[in-house]
Amino acid sequence: MTTKQPDGWSSKLGVIMAVAGSAVGLGNFLRFPGLVADKETGGGAFLIAYFISLLVVGLPICWVEWTLGRFGGTQGFNSSPGIFHAIIRKPWGKYVGLLGFIIPVGVYFYYVVIESWCLGYAWSSFTGGLDLGKDPKAYADAFAAFTGLKADGAVLGLGTPFLFFIGVFILNFVIIYRGLSKGIEFICNWGMPLLIAIALILLVRVLTLGTPDPTKPELSVWNGLGYMWNPHDISNGLSNPAVWLKAASQVFFTLSVGFGVIITYASYLKKNDDVVLSGLTATAANEFCEVGLGGMITVPAAFAFLGASAVAGGTFALGFNVLPQVFAGMPYGHLFGGLFFTLLFIAAVTSSLSMLQPGIAFLEEGLGLDRPGSVALLGLITAVGCTLVVYFSEGLKALSTVDFWIGDIGIFLQGTILIYVFNFAFGTERGWSEAHHGADIRIPRIFKFILRWISPTFLTAIFLMFVLKNVAGWNLSFTAPVFAPTDPILDLIGGPGHPASGVARLTAFFLLLFAGFSALMIHRAGKRWDAR
Amino acid sequence: MLISVGAVTILFVWCLVKVLTGKKNPEHLAHVEPVETKDLDRR
Repeated sequence: MTTKQPDGWSSKLGVIMAVAGSAVGLGNFLRFPGLVADKETGGGAFLIAYFISLLVVGLPICWVEWTLGRFGGTQGFNSSPGIFHAIIRKPWGKYVGLLGFIIPVGVYFYYVVIESWCLGYAWSSFTGGLDLGKDPKAYADAFAAFTGLKADGAVLGLGTPFLFFIGVFILNFVIIYRGLSKGIEFICNWGMPLLIAIALILLVRVLTLGTPDPTKPELSVWNGLGYMWNPHDISNGLSNPAVWLKAASQVFFTLSVGFGVIITYASYLKKNDDVVLSGLTATAANEFCEVGLGGMITVPAAFAFLGASAVAGGTFALGFNVLPQVFAGMPYGHLFGGLFFTLLFIAAVTSSLSMLQPGIAFLEEGLGLDRPGSVALLGLITAVGCTLVVYFSEGLKALSTVDFWIGDIGIFLQGTILIYVFNFAFGTERGWSEAHHGADIRIPRIFKFILRWISPTFLTAIFLMFVLKNVAGWNLSFTAPVFAPTDPILDLIGGPGHPASGVARLTAFFLLLFAGFSALMIHRAGKRWDAR
Repeated sequence: MLISVGAVTILFVWCLVKVLTGKKNPEHLAHVEPVETKDLDRR
């Protein structure tokens, strides 16, 4: 008799580590510090809006995902389409979970590419290849060469960047093939403590930098901390819609809520396993890495060496242009630079793995594939998507197009769907009771009201603002509103002085094909589930 | 800075302590009962 053991977590800490590993990514160490340091929308106002968003959107939706996921698991489902099928119990219910398959797989198309950059930069740092002197242009050129920023197809072939990409791509699938406990959980159990240990080493290094250049006493690490953390004008900031939008978006993206990941991970729990404390712990781990570690390392270090102007360049610029320059200027910089990019690589690999598991879960339970079959099919789908991103590298156009439509709009949409399904399809009372089944701690009662009324309202408002700003190009002014299509829209439809981009159109067409193919698979899965 | 960093650090440590010292589930976390392969489709 042949037997098969379904996947599962081997320990409570393991699933917490896995969810925290999914949430902790590049954004914790590069995007968040840049947002706090922003002179117009950062400072104390941003932090107040950030923590309020965490309490009314981030944490509640996190608990919603854990609860619905565990419930779905007890009904025999591990993927978003399956779990929504079990909750909604209508023929269209499974399609509500479509985004829970498309988003993680779609984001993986480009996230694995960024993961390979991190590994490549770690290697270059340790071997001294990133010590390019004091000319900022040398670092920008190195980044452009590594990512193929200046020409399509520049990184295809047997050059080093492509080898790193292939290596990382295969590594992720080898780990995912080993299953939850032997693959993802094993990596996260080692990776997360290692990540925190590396971050603490870097934190000590940064806080002991003092004034790197005595001839420029204003450029010290303490002034860097002040530059980043000083509160600025809080009352004015809190009346600025842009501050709320940035804060809520960051909370949303950093926790991986709406990704389809937590719901899948939680589905492997048993009915009596705790989800309240586990969800809170995973959230707290992410916040510790983001606010406690990420907020203290990158921006203060960049300020101490290069001044305020170096900080305001965006996530990729800070991580891959500015920081290599910073490390090159400090003693044993190649070692600390290597550690920093290793940290980013660990953060990226634990996140990448979490993006594959929802796909594996759906292909196995929806199409009845075994592990080799699901890994092969998902490998094929992601290989096509990744090839698109890797080949059309000029200006990172394909990457940014997928990021915008899947990684921004899609995640907001799925998060909004989640909170409405929880309240109106599953039922708030039932959900509240389900969340506390087997719970190690109780959620404060105020959160029931927040979940029912505040979270949906706040999230809907933020989602509408996000679409109005990033799609319709609203200037976020209520008194003198101006709308002008944004770059991602102009890339598709063209406009005065902004011709349509063939790459953006091709990428959008591919994403539509992918969505259609996914819907067909869900249709087929539905027949299979109905026949149970 | 102190309030933000201190708050998230205390919350993280408190959660970890609660998880590590909390009640142990007598059953194994994962649902690992053996299932016959031929029955998988019916599930």
